[in-house]
Amino acid sequence: MKRNDGRKNDQLRPITAKVGVIKNADGSAMFKLGGTTAYSAVYGPRDLYPRFKQDPEKGLLRCDYNMMPFSGHGERVRPGGGRRSKEISMVTQNALLPVINLKGYPNAVVDVFIELTETDAGTRCAGITAASMALADAGIEMKDLVISLSVGMLDGQLLADINGKEDCELGATDIPIAYIPSMDKISLLQIDGEISREELKKALELGKKKCLEIYEIQKKALKQKYAAKVKK
Amino acid sequence: MISDQKEHILQALKKGIRYDGRKLLDYRDVKVETGFVHGAEGSAKVTIGDTEIIAGVKIAIEKPYPDTPDKGNLMVNAELRPMSNPEFESGPPGEKAIELARVVDRGIRESKAIDQEKLCIEKGEKVWSVMIDIVPLNASGNLLDAGALASLAALKNTVFPKLTEDGAINYDEKTKDKLPLQKEPIEITVLKIGDYFIVDPLPEEEELLDARLTAAITADNKICAVQKGGSEPLSIEEIDTMVGIAQDKAKELRKLIR
Repeated sequence: MKRNDGRKNDQLRPITAKVGVIKNADGSAMFKLGGTTAYSAVYGPRDLYPRFKQDPEKGLLRCDYNMMPFSGHGERVRPGGGRRSKEISMVTQNALLPVINLKGYPNAVVDVFIELTETDAGTRCAGITAASMALADAGIEMKDLVISLSVGMLDGQLLADINGKEDCELGATDIPIAYIPSMDKISLLQIDGEISREELKKALELGKKKCLEIYEIQKKALKQKYAAKVKK
Repeated sequence: MISDQKEHILQALKKGIRYDGRKLLDYRDVKVETGFVHGAEGSAKVTIGDTEIIAGVKIAIEKPYPDTPDKGNLMVNAELRPMSNPEFESGPPGEKAIELARVVDRGIRESKAIDQEKLCIEKGEKVWSVMIDIVPLNASGNLLDAGALASLAALKNTVFPKLTEDGAINYDEKTKDKLPLQKEPIEITVLKIGDYFIVDPLPEEEELLDARLTAAITADNKICAVQKGGSEPLSIEEIDTMVGIAQDKAKELRKLIR
């Protein structure tokens, strides 16, 4: 069975990854997966205000996910965010926290901003993948990168990187995950839709395998930026 | 601190040099890319030096405003998201974002850039709404000119979505029908710092401005909207000079949009 966009079941959409795309930021990245494009900018570590939120033991990681008003595939997205973006910001933070050492940044905050310019499903995943590259670019102390990808389940078939049509129109079960290679652990897991225990295990295995492909692309993008710097 | 920096900038301006080595009336490199995001009915990204800004146009069918029952709706909004500059904060639009949106709105509205009567589907009931959102990716000065240029390029790039049989919008399919554009306003901001006039300011220069004048200029060199900013008043001669500079620069920028 071929997928609606002609891909094989375990095939990712075309990927573009770039580091250092936002000049004002301390670190930044762009990650494009098919029709979904996420930009991420990291500012910090910088002073945290209000002061009562400061922690003398360690820094704070703060994530902010947002869809630009023209980024939806249907009607204009009303600015100002809402429950959905609040929740995604929170799970993004949890997905990234295990790799970040905040001990070195007492009383400070590391701000991670994620902005979607265009979307075709998998936006939180693209955001997390971009954010971990941006954090690395900012020189934040990290144990590893984090890669995030959505695995789908449609008509009994497991599909890597489901697109908007598969997710919304065809009604695939959507399983966004985030994976940390060096720990071999999952730091984001959500499921929307029905799936058996055995299938879930297979879905996670597939997700892990495909995340490792993206991992290589992330590393290459980071190396490219710094290789260019060395040449200069 | 500010006064030291101002002194430094003024000394340089006296010699005809800007903070980044440009001449007083030089623009940074400008680049316009259209069709930048697939979700919008029209879009463009404008790069001016380190400033990168996206304008996206969404189209909807809505009820017209009661005072203009036979005209389509136009809305311009700007979001200065914290990703694009460390000084921007999350939350509802502040003064800067509101001014940016309103100044771009006035240039488009007052030049009658869009023939809004052609956007009427059913008088008093149904009209096309054109909604422009301006969002910088990286904000490094001159958002007014960049936002206006991106908006114009995005409008020129816009095509109507298809309609279903019962008259609803099918956003997945686009027609080849372009917006009814009749004027193409270009906005140029001229700053006055001390006795000097400059264009395309860096953020450091914007901090120090005494006055600024943004003028929207049409292809036939008419002025169709103006905004004076800054706390220093301007003489009539100064305004005349600034408008003249805006007209000259508008001609240069106009070559970049097709």
